[in-house]
Amino acid sequence: MKCKAIRIAASAALLVCALIIKMPAEMAWLSTALYVASYVIAGYDIVFGAIKSIFRGNVFNENLLMSIASIGAFCVGEFSEGTAVMILFQIGEAFQDAAVDKSRRSISSLMNIRPDHANLVTDEGIIRKDPEDVHTGDVISITPGERVPLDCVILTGETYIDTSALSGETVPRAAREGDTLLSGSINTVGAVTARVMCEYGESTASRILDLVENASARKSNSEKFITRFSRYYTPIVVSLALILAIIPPLLIKESTFSEWIHRALSFLVVSCPCALVISIPLSFFGGIGGASASGILVKGGNYLEALAKVKTFVFDKTGTLTKGTFEVTDIQPQLEGISKNELLRIACAAERASSHPIAMSLKKKAEAELVRLDEAENIREIAGRGVCASIDGQSVLVGNARLMSENGIECAENKAAGTTVHVAADGKYLGYIVISDEIKSEAHDAIAALKREGIERVVMLTGDARSVGRSVADELGMDECFAEQLPSDKVERVNELLEKSDGNDKLAFVGDGINDAPVLARADIGIAMGALGSDAAIEAADVVIMNDNLLSLSKAMRIARKATCIAKENTVFAIAVKAAVLVLSASGVASMWMAVFADVGVAVIAILNAMRTLRTNKM
Amino acid sequence: MIMIKKFRIDGLDCANCAAKIENKISKLNGVRSASLSFMTGKLVLEADDGVMDEIVEKAKAIINRIESGAAVKEV
Repeated sequence: MKCKAIRIAASAALLVCALIIKMPAEMAWLSTALYVASYVIAGYDIVFGAIKSIFRGNVFNENLLMSIASIGAFCVGEFSEGTAVMILFQIGEAFQDAAVDKSRRSISSLMNIRPDHANLVTDEGIIRKDPEDVHTGDVISITPGERVPLDCVILTGETYIDTSALSGETVPRAAREGDTLLSGSINTVGAVTARVMCEYGESTASRILDLVENASARKSNSEKFITRFSRYYTPIVVSLALILAIIPPLLIKESTFSEWIHRALSFLVVSCPCALVISIPLSFFGGIGGASASGILVKGGNYLEALAKVKTFVFDKTGTLTKGTFEVTDIQPQLEGISKNELLRIACAAERASSHPIAMSLKKKAEAELVRLDEAENIREIAGRGVCASIDGQSVLVGNARLMSENGIECAENKAAGTTVHVAADGKYLGYIVISDEIKSEAHDAIAALKREGIERVVMLTGDARSVGRSVADELGMDECFAEQLPSDKVERVNELLEKSDGNDKLAFVGDGINDAPVLARADIGIAMGALGSDAAIEAADVVIMNDNLLSLSKAMRIARKATCIAKENTVFAIAVKAAVLVLSASGVASMWMAVFADVGVAVIAILNAMRTLRTNKM
Repeated sequence: MIMIKKFRIDGLDCANCAAKIENKISKLNGVRSASLSFMTGKLVLEADDGVMDEIVEKAKAIINRIESGAAVKEV
């Protein structure tokens, strides 16, 4: 780099000498020698590269085109221009390299979650190891200020964990014995020892890094357009240059070949589409990097582009708009001789094997009430309805109203908000239990923010009863609500919505990624919330919101719009400047100096513009 | 069977060359898709199992021809 700067300076100094020293006519060769020396110092590597590329059969190579342009200028007697073009090209290239390098570095520092070592606890004391050499079940120690190297569970110690690099969440989280630590977060105050839960390759940090790195492989439509464009651009401009050099001098009287060749050479200088080919992918890459620093993982430029065009947001209710932590709020026995605890006991026994949030809340309530649990047999889950089981020889049904009506059991109607779990035994209705779920505190603001971003429709899907769905939807200001949806119905609804929307508007589905993989996959963009720990969700979703905060959705849209807008600006700017310079040089107004600016100057400006995508923290 | 291989290419100097390399590789027989990112220097190659080795050799030749001095490493 330094060596190159010296070369450019020396070459420029020689050029200036050649320009200002007025040589007498018989000494003109000296001035020519100065130009040649200046040229050779500035551009020998470019010319060598050009010669090499001829031998490899790679004709439309940047070095070759630039060499032809500058040597051509010498041939038509424009010594100063030929030399200046080479010097400016080198300066521009150096700036361009520096800008690309800088953006690469700032993106990687945004994703600075790669742990560099792990302190393995062994019989001989603590050994510093590469995280890849530490295995599941090993015990590691993490001192304050260190990055958590692998996903692990705290064995001893208490501390606060800074997860900002993973989730964009700035407030440190308390962690103690039994809590899970995710790799990539930072231990702030206390020393802890912890047991490693998985190999480095499967740890959160390495999964996130993988995801973001691979994101550049899924290219946006604008990137694909630019690649296609550049494939034709260079050959077309070079052919135009040839035509320009040969045809006009033959047709127009009193025009010389050297004048038209001179104009054609400017074409060669602008024939590299580099500004476009660098800055468009960089805009998207920067947007993805910036988003990930805010706890939003976008799996590809194509998704970022689609996100900017979303007009319909479809939400799953439970666990997405609501906290998903259910609590039993009411127990209503409806049969003589059945106590509240009795009802809870039966329901709990039947749901014993399930890990559904409803089952968990029943269990929690039963434990709190110190209810003795029955043994249930032949437990069978019926998707979207509930469970059936046999308890003490009785056949028990626990589930929603649909389950009851399908089995010919009439059940009471619950007016209160919440999920109603009906219980029946041997065909007799016993009563119901109400479980309610709290709406997330930011949900209302988040929906309002989306509408401010121009989202036309916000739709909610839920498996819950109509009354529950309605009340939540009204509270949040949803446009539509579909209740009592089985997982398969949800796909159906999304399909209908997709058919209704016109081709350019996109539909996003937001879920917690646990039961809605098919819907996530079906929507134009599947967004999984708070899915840091869930492999299935990360696999199925296109966008993963790591901090579980609904406000991130509107932020993700702003980032996406900014990135696509910058990509568009760069496309228009670069193409417009090149087109203008082509027209001006054809008509003889623009010099080769301007052409060099159109080539490397535009590239540098476009790169700097693309870097703006990285600044997302104030959005 | 489709196989995916990833490579890191060091020494990519020009974005247009990266685009050319990507285009040339995706046109090789048996390649399902090829994606080369100039920013990360990462090449993701998707091809049929049987011809993968052959394709990798051809891809390396293409890279060498368009961007001489670039080092290709499988990751």
